[in-house]
Amino acid sequence: MHLCRRCVSVLLSRPLLSAALQPSTHTLHQRSHHILLQHSRVQPAIHSLTQRHSRETWTPCGRRNLTDHQAASPDVYNNKTDLAEGEVEKHIVPFENLNVHQISNQESLSDIGLDAVVRPSPLQEISEEEAVQIQVPSALPPDSFTLKPYVDKSETLSKLVQLGVNLWELEQRPNVGSMLVRLDFHADVAPKLLFLKDLGVEESKLGTLLTKNPFILTESLDNLEARVSYLKAKKFSPQSVAVMVSKAPYLLNFSIERLDNRLGFFQKQLGLSAEKTRNVVTRLPKLLCGSLEPIKENLKVCELEFGFRGNEIQHIVTAVPKLLIANKRKLTQIFDFVHNTMDVPHSLIAKFPQVFNAKFLRIKERHLFLEYLGRAQYQPSQPNYISLDRLVFLPDDIFCSEVALATLEDFERFQKTL
Amino acid sequence: MTTQAVRLFRRMDGLFAVYKPQGVHWKLVRDTIESNLLKELNSCPPPAPQLAVKFQLLSSGANNGSKDLILSPSMLPSLADHPLVTGPQFHKVHVGVGHRLDAFSSGVLVLGVGKGNGVLEHLCRSHVTRDYTLEGEFGRATNDFSHTTRVIEKTTYDHVTQDKLEKVLAMIQGANQKALITYSQMDLRTQEAYELAVKGLLYPHGKSPPILTGLRCIHFNPPHFTLEVQCVNETQKYLRKLIHEVGLELRTSAVCSGVRRTRDGPFKAENALTRQHWTADRIIQAIAHFRKTTRKIRKSGMHGQTAGQLNSSTRNQEQIRSQIGQSDQISQEHVELSSPTSDRIVDRVTPGTG
Repeated sequence: MHLCRRCVSVLLSRPLLSAALQPSTHTLHQRSHHILLQHSRVQPAIHSLTQRHSRETWTPCGRRNLTDHQAASPDVYNNKTDLAEGEVEKHIVPFENLNVHQISNQESLSDIGLDAVVRPSPLQEISEEEAVQIQVPSALPPDSFTLKPYVDKSETLSKLVQLGVNLWELEQRPNVGSMLVRLDFHADVAPKLLFLKDLGVEESKLGTLLTKNPFILTESLDNLEARVSYLKAKKFSPQSVAVMVSKAPYLLNFSIERLDNRLGFFQKQLGLSAEKTRNVVTRLPKLLCGSLEPIKENLKVCELEFGFRGNEIQHIVTAVPKLLIANKRKLTQIFDFVHNTMDVPHSLIAKFPQVFNAKFLRIKERHLFLEYLGRAQYQPSQPNYISLDRLVFLPDDIFCSEVALATLEDFERFQKTL
Repeated sequence: MTTQAVRLFRRMDGLFAVYKPQGVHWKLVRDTIESNLLKELNSCPPPAPQLAVKFQLLSSGANNGSKDLILSPSMLPSLADHPLVTGPQFHKVHVGVGHRLDAFSSGVLVLGVGKGNGVLEHLCRSHVTRDYTLEGEFGRATNDFSHTTRVIEKTTYDHVTQDKLEKVLAMIQGANQKALITYSQMDLRTQEAYELAVKGLLYPHGKSPPILTGLRCIHFNPPHFTLEVQCVNETQKYLRKLIHEVGLELRTSAVCSGVRRTRDGPFKAENALTRQHWTADRIIQAIAHFRKTTRKIRKSGMHGQTAGQLNSSTRNQEQIRSQIGQSDQISQEHVELSSPTSDRIVDRVTPGTG
């Protein structure tokens, strides 16, 4: 008996799974993606339309389902969230398949243990009220690996695609796809989008914002409004709040206490005035989102390892706030090369903090080229002085023609001797 | 009907050389190139979306004033084919790396794309020589043989002169020549072996330890000196150790301050792409440039013969031998085998009978 139940469930589930895995012209790579997922035994991201039902709630429709493998019955939801399970059962099925047919013909339904439902014949006439009550089965698969089957049918998803949200990226993240499918456009999504528009976020930026942070749609509207009013109370102008939200999409998901804590930390640690702190935070709102430990470490490195004084650090941070969240090792590498090999003093580096933003290899190659040509002069008092920002930020051809006074080919040939 | 992206993808098939900068792991180079190629492929316009019949509520014709909404069918592009839903057209481009370079070294790194990866296998298995420029510095010894790690000992180097260095290099070269002949697995008493030796075609067959086929000093300015090496089957650590051993032979110590590969088989530094040029169009140009070489490698690989890379190595061998004045069986009238550009791969006759 148990055996037959399993077979029945597999036979019913087979058309569902094949519907979900319908290969289209563009899903070949996704096919292999599925296969890779199966081989790697990682739980694939499955987007399920409904909540999980236990096995007992399916209502088989008697003998007919065992014999005809037509479209799935609407009331049966087989939530096999593990495709591997289905595969295993498919292998087991072939032997029992034949047996099942024989059994169904011979034994009665009560022996198999299925609820006997008497189905009317399709040619029987029914009244108008009964006709209206017929439920048309939806062709949407209950679970699938991608959001493709749902996009055309779901209002939320199609509006999101039209806004510019990258659904493919979002469906790679676990559970985000299911969350998006279950959202109701008019109840959940529309109020938040209107809220963001009122805030001043441009429509073109809404797509990228939602791609980076889809959870803004599940945050309650009261919380969002409270956080925005907190920021405005801290004297951030409405335009700066809009800019901050578009640059750091996760900003409004953080609680007021956390934002307060961070702002206080920056004002205290850096010793800047409120206006300057606001300026720094508006330019790099990611500072409010991440953890404070790496920032504390970076500040310590600047002070102790590099040997910058307090006011120099303040100046550097207001000019290049990225220093606070940059990689410690890369910062140290750049500083070591600029200070020890190029012999640039602290005061001059503090004057041009943009060198910390540049790539180390670029600085190294250009400096060695200038040294080879004998033009490596970084003291402002001497003639032929080359400032650090011109060294680092000019594009290659202008650097070669104006600063190094050589051709681009010479520079490339020199690069191949390094 | 192939799309523009597919046509571009089909052109990405072959071998090319890249100049790896110092301090960068080779994997980073390979990943950067793969992501640049993918970026170019995915920027091509996607195929047109499929059309699907959709029923829309539209108001009926303008002639009657009543605002009846009727369902009318229309063919609209299906949103399931939108690029934001399907994702990028290409996820992966097969980029393979030839003989690897460790992070400390710089130089020519051969990469293969698509079908070129198979040819890369042939190249790796064939005994092509590689050209290196080693920079050394007398006076220090470190645990890692490189100039950045912890110093173990310091010595004086005033007694070192250029001819002492040349003597030591000649001695090393002699030992390596012997190893070359031993590992060539040929019976030296045959006429065939003599003829191959005359032409300089004696090469290690099968597995062999690192062997230097050519070694000379190009720059001597104590404490700095520069060596040029041609070798087979080497690793960069072995070359740094070589510098250390040269120092030991001269009764001083030496560290290696730079390893630079200037040639890997037929791929030379002049045609290698520098960092600014790691873009898809330059890579396709480089692949087209090396097409003939790739074809030769594939043919020689398919014949199952080992291909030896010659000219510059034979010339150097002759120079060194004439310098030390060693008497040997190889006649002075050596046969000039290939063109001076030395990027030809010469097929070697397998010593079947020998």
